[in-house]
Amino acid sequence: MLYYIVRRILMMGPTLLVISLLTFFIIELPSGDYISNQIAALKSSGESSSVAKLEFLRKEFSLDRPFMERYLIWVGLWPGPHGFDGLIQGNWGWSFEFDKPVEQVIGPTLPLTVVLNFATILFVYVVSFPIGIFSATRQYSWGDYGFTFLGYIGLATPNFLLALILLYFFNRWFGLSVGGLMDPQYIDQPWSFDKAISVLAHLIVPTIVIGTSGTAAMIRRLRANLLDELHKQYVTTGRAKGLKENQLLVKYPLRMAINPFIADIGNLIPSLVSGSVIVSVVMSLPTVGPVLVAALQSQDQFLSGFILLFVAVLTLIGMLISDLLLAVLDPRIRLGGRASS
Amino acid sequence: MTMDVKNTPVREVEHYVDPTPFNPAVTEEMTAEQERYYQASQWKIMWWKFKRHKIAVWSGVVLILFYMCVPFAEVIAPYGANNRDSMHLYAPPQPIHLFHDGSFVGPFVYGMTSEIDMETLQWVFKDDPNNVQPLRFFCSGAKYEFWGLWEASFHLVCPAEGGTMFLLGTDRLGRDQFSGLVYGARLSLTVGLIGVAISIVLGLFFGGIAGYFGGWIDSLIQRAIEILRSLPELPLWMALSAALPVTWGPVWIYFGLTIILGLLDWPGLARAVRSKLLSLREEEYAKAAVLMGARPKRVITRHLLPGFTSHIIASATLSIPSMILGETALSYLNLGLRRPAVSWGVLLNEAQNISVVTVYPWLMAPVLPIIIVVLAFNFLGDGLRDAADPYK
Repeated sequence: MLYYIVRRILMMGPTLLVISLLTFFIIELPSGDYISNQIAALKSSGESSSVAKLEFLRKEFSLDRPFMERYLIWVGLWPGPHGFDGLIQGNWGWSFEFDKPVEQVIGPTLPLTVVLNFATILFVYVVSFPIGIFSATRQYSWGDYGFTFLGYIGLATPNFLLALILLYFFNRWFGLSVGGLMDPQYIDQPWSFDKAISVLAHLIVPTIVIGTSGTAAMIRRLRANLLDELHKQYVTTGRAKGLKENQLLVKYPLRMAINPFIADIGNLIPSLVSGSVIVSVVMSLPTVGPVLVAALQSQDQFLSGFILLFVAVLTLIGMLISDLLLAVLDPRIRLGGRASS
Repeated sequence: MTMDVKNTPVREVEHYVDPTPFNPAVTEEMTAEQERYYQASQWKIMWWKFKRHKIAVWSGVVLILFYMCVPFAEVIAPYGANNRDSMHLYAPPQPIHLFHDGSFVGPFVYGMTSEIDMETLQWVFKDDPNNVQPLRFFCSGAKYEFWGLWEASFHLVCPAEGGTMFLLGTDRLGRDQFSGLVYGARLSLTVGLIGVAISIVLGLFFGGIAGYFGGWIDSLIQRAIEILRSLPELPLWMALSAALPVTWGPVWIYFGLTIILGLLDWPGLARAVRSKLLSLREEEYAKAAVLMGARPKRVITRHLLPGFTSHIIASATLSIPSMILGETALSYLNLGLRRPAVSWGVLLNEAQNISVVTVYPWLMAPVLPIIIVVLAFNFLGDGLRDAADPYK
C-alpha cells in the first residue's frame, strides 16, 4: 500500500511540471505584458516621467528575458534578479493590478475555495450514494422514476444558469440575498456563532448548485452498475443460502458496484472545479473565481497564472484522494500497481 | 410405480408422412420482415432503431426548428438584433392575446402607455386595453440586409403599423429580446457545430495515430490526454479567450472561440477513437479481410471506418452542449463575444447584476432556449448512441 501511495505521488511530479508549463504558456499568450502595455499607454498620452520606473519594474520581474527563462524563474528553477525566488521557494509572484504580492491578494480566498470544492464532492457522494442504491434496488418504482427525472433535469441545467435562477427566486420569494458569503450585517464583524451559521447557510446553495449535475451523473452510474451486479448468479446463490437481503446487498453486489463509482468521482472533479469557478462569479462568492476573471481581463499575468495553477493542483489532489480511496477498497489496484482507466 | 419394459407388447405407432416434397432449406427461408432486416444497410437499421427512441426523435425535431433560426434569423425576428427603441427601455414582455372584449380578433398585443415613476425614476409601462394592435403576418417591416448581401424588409411577423411587439420585453437600450434570441441562435448554435468539427478532426488524428502506431507514440498521446482531462476546462477556456486580441472583429473572435472550445475537447473523442480502433482491429471480419489479402487502406475505409463513424457521431452530439454552454459562460463573463455580435451569452450578459434581474426578470429569457437546446442534444445523443450499435 505504501509503495502504491509513494508511486502515485511521485507520478504527480511530471504532471505538475507539464501543467505549470502549459499554464505559463497560456497566460503569456496575449501580446505584450502588463507593464509594457502600461508603458505604451503612458507614451501615447505623452507622459514619460514614470516610464523609467516601469522599465525598472520590467527588469525587476525579468519580463525582458526569453520565454523559457521566464518560466523557469517563475517556477524557481533558475536564478532571477534576486537569486532563486519562485513558486518552489514559496514566492507566488506579484500582482500588478493590486500592486501587492499574489499571496496577499488571493490568500484570504484560498480556504473558502478548498472548502467549497470539498463540500461539493462530499455532497455528491453523500446524496448520490443512497439514492443510487435506492433506485437500483427498487427499479421501476415511483421513487426510481422520480429520481431519474430529477437527474435528467439536473444534468441538463448548466450550473451557472441554475445559480442565476435560484438567486432570482430566492430574492423574489424570501427577500434573501443568496449571493455573497454571509448576510450583509456580519461583514467586517468579528467571528461569532451567528456569523458562522450565516456563512454555512450561504454555502449550502452554491454547494447544491455546483454539485447537481455531478450528483445526477453519479446516481445514474451507480444505479446501472448495481443493476448489472444484482442480476448475477452469486446474488441468487447468496439469497438461496439464506442471507438477509440487506446483508447480502452490502456484502457482495455493492462492493462490486462501488468501485467504478469512486473511480468516476475522480473524473468528475475537473468539472466540479470548473463549476465552482463560474458559480462563484455569478453568486459573488469570495473564492478564486471572481479574482481570476478580473486578473484575466486586466492581463495580470502572475496572478491569473497562479490561480490557474492552484485550481489545477486542487483538481490533481482531488483525483489523488479518489485514487487512494480506490486502492484502499480494491486490492487488485493496490497490489497490481496501477488503476486501469 | 415401475413398469417392466420388456413385457409390454410392442405397439406400432401410427404415423403420418406428408406426401408433399420437403425442402430442408425451408427453415432458412425468412419472412418478408426478416428479409428486409437482413438486407438493409447498417445505416438503415440504425435509423429504424433510432426511430423507436421517441424522445430522441422529438428532440431532433426541436433542434431542427431551433436551427431554422440560423439561415432565416432576419426573416423570423421582427426587429434587428441591435435596433434600439429609445421610447421603450426595459419594456416588459407583451403577451399575445386572441380575444378582445369577448370577441375574436386574432393574434394581437395591447399597446403600452409609459410614464415615469417619480419615486424610483424608472419607466413604468402599462397595457392600454383600448389600444389593440393586431399582428401582421408575411409583412414588410424593419429593413435588414439578408445575410449581409441584399436589402430586404420581409418578415414572418411584424408589429402593427406604428405599434410595438416585444414578445420577451426589451433591455437597457430598448433592444427587443425575442429578436436578440433569434439572432443569437445563429452564433450560439453554430459554435457547437464548428467546435465539434475541430475536435473530431483532432480526435481522429491523435486517436488514429495512437491506435495505429501503438508503442511509445501511443503512450505519449495517452499521457497527454490524461493530463488534459485532469484540468478543469472552464478556467482554461477563460484564460485562452482572454488571450484573443482585443483588436479582432466579432467574426475573428467567434472563430477564435470555436477553435479554443475545440482545442480542449478532443481528448475524450481521441480516447474513444483509439479504443474503438483497437477493438475493431481484433474483430473477425477485419481479420478475415486481412487474410483475404485486403490492403490496409481498404481494411480501414471499408471495414473499420463504418464500424465507428456511428459512435463518433453519437459522442460528438453529446459534446455539443458543453461547447454551447462554454460559449455562453465566456460571453456572460465578458471574455467571449461582445456586441455588436449577438449570442445567447451576450444577451445574458445584461442579466449579470442580480438587482437588475429582480426588477426586470425578462432579461433572463435566454436561459430557456439554452436549457431546451442542451436537453434536446442530450436526448438526441443518447438515442444516437443506442442506435450506434444496431446489432446489439
